[in-house]
Amino acid sequence: MAAESLGDLERALRDKKNSGNKLLVPYLTAGLGNWVEALHAVIDAGADAVEVGIPFSDPIMDGPIIQEASQKALEAGATPAGILSELRRSSFAVPIAIMTYYNIVHHAGHDRFAKELADCGVSGSIIPDLQLDEAGEWMVSARENGVDNVMMAAPSSSPERLRRLADNSRGFVYGIGLMGVTGVRNSLADSASEIARRLKEYTDKPVLVGVGVSTTEQAVQVSRIADGVIVGSALVQRLLAGGGPQGAFDLMRQFRNALDAG
Amino acid sequence: MSIMGMPSASGRFGEFGGRFVPESLIPACFKLEEAFGEAWADREFTDEYRRILSEYGGRPTPVTELRRFSEQFGIRVFLKREDLAHTGSHKINNVIGQALLTKRMGKTRMIAETGAGQHGVATATAAALLGLDCVIYMGEVDVARQALNVFRMKLLGASVVTVTSGSRTLKDAINEAMREWVASVETTHYCIGSVMGPHPYPFMVREFQRIIGDEAVVQTRGILNGGVPDYVVACVGGGSNAAGTFAGFVDTSAKLVGVEPEGGAAITRGIPGIVHGMRSNLLQDDVGQVLEAYSISAGLDYPGVGPEHSYLSSIGRASYVTAGDDEVLNALQVLSRLEGVIPALEPAHAVAYVIREAGKAIPLGSSVLITMSGRGDKDAESVARILGETS
Repeated sequence: MAAESLGDLERALRDKKNSGNKLLVPYLTAGLGNWVEALHAVIDAGADAVEVGIPFSDPIMDGPIIQEASQKALEAGATPAGILSELRRSSFAVPIAIMTYYNIVHHAGHDRFAKELADCGVSGSIIPDLQLDEAGEWMVSARENGVDNVMMAAPSSSPERLRRLADNSRGFVYGIGLMGVTGVRNSLADSASEIARRLKEYTDKPVLVGVGVSTTEQAVQVSRIADGVIVGSALVQRLLAGGGPQGAFDLMRQFRNALDAG
Repeated sequence: MSIMGMPSASGRFGEFGGRFVPESLIPACFKLEEAFGEAWADREFTDEYRRILSEYGGRPTPVTELRRFSEQFGIRVFLKREDLAHTGSHKINNVIGQALLTKRMGKTRMIAETGAGQHGVATATAAALLGLDCVIYMGEVDVARQALNVFRMKLLGASVVTVTSGSRTLKDAINEAMREWVASVETTHYCIGSVMGPHPYPFMVREFQRIIGDEAVVQTRGILNGGVPDYVVACVGGGSNAAGTFAGFVDTSAKLVGVEPEGGAAITRGIPGIVHGMRSNLLQDDVGQVLEAYSISAGLDYPGVGPEHSYLSSIGRASYVTAGDDEVLNALQVLSRLEGVIPALEPAHAVAYVIREAGKAIPLGSSVLITMSGRGDKDAESVARILGETS
């Protein structure tokens, strides 16, 4: 693929990967407490990109922790427009991808939403309930506006689907670490390394594993095969517990150090 | 070809339907689509489905002409008596089909959501009959207001999981069942209770429910000298009893009317959106957050609607109207007193519409079939409370 066709998210992550580093992408729910400060904190701690969740009323891919964060954010009045305008006000040293559910995008309209993301400096999108066969229109709008739409691949996906998911994914390929929803798990599922290994047969794009990657040990373990990890529930749990930006910084610094040490 | 035929390869009825679920569930949706397609074309499967519904489920259910009611309102009204089916509602038609399919796919466990508890009880019943494990997800609010049905499910051997997230009602029970399905899809079939969810559910559940309309069209032709009713009316929450009924009449001259609750009128007041795996009309706020529905009837307390109803509305083949709580309560009492049939609050919406529009939108002398989708026992306590009676 010609370099000029790469979006900002993919270019940044490929560069980092090609320099031999493992990638760290934290997720946090926007609208929850002083989330913008927390966002800056995780970047200061060494995140390579950040996944910013725009809360949705019915998050079917999320477990109890992110559900609680979403509900709290919505109760506090979080809206997609409000969150995006907060993002527009700041500048960030690493790419920002938004994570939300498809009705938020559909309601705004594909082109309008993609333009808004681009205007606010967002360079990626992750929409867990918009699977490949339904994603065509959004992928076109996103691409036209320089937003990399990340596809998610599951342990249950067939080889043929993994190939198509990897081909169509931009930014990186999101390997779902286990058959389940987001949440903190005691041990890393075997399926986490397996999905990374399988995806890497089909793509040289960065392959990140998320869902069920909760500890530094788990992150290091899966990153022996994957190019890096997405850490969501563990971080959001800390924020919900009142850890604040400093807590977020400390936790992500631990992940950064662990990944860098291998 | 029928207007209510096969959806497109991507599961669309017009622009509605589809498959908006996480990637993890896509292989299961494909497998289910294939398994249902094969089973539905397999005489052995359909014979077994029909045999159970007949020997165990009480089918065919009769069509009853309402003589006193008709005389009072100047129209000729018939009820399709799903209230007489086993477990007290049309839900049994769907769950027997899906339970048989669960076994055919080699799965050993069914999960289901329930609002009022009717679909939960029906699923637990089918699971008991066919020896399947069963877990029912029910919102905390509904668990409290439907204690009797919770007990019935447990008596039938099911576990009931109380859902405490979100609005703690049907919508959240569906979310939680879907999350659980993601984690257990290898061994578990998600037995969705209405014509909703990702493809193939809206199509499959309509096919399992079309027995209502297929029977009723033959029965009413018998009564009406080969004709069909001028109007066919059914209540719509997710819309399974209506879809099953309409499927039998959609290619006839009958006018089809779906009656939504005032506070949960997805077609009448919603706009297209995506929730629970489908694109359909949806009650949502001005940025796309899904709104909570409100209805006196827990079974219609749903902010979305099956995608085929959005389609039938969009092409004008069926019309969708609303009924409010007060007229529903009135209809429930009128039908009880005039005909000795205590309707569930859900079909009382359809009765309320017919009472309101007799001599107006429904001209005097018209013939009308109403699907009596369930019996009123489950609501007796709450209705008594509302009417200020001590039960």
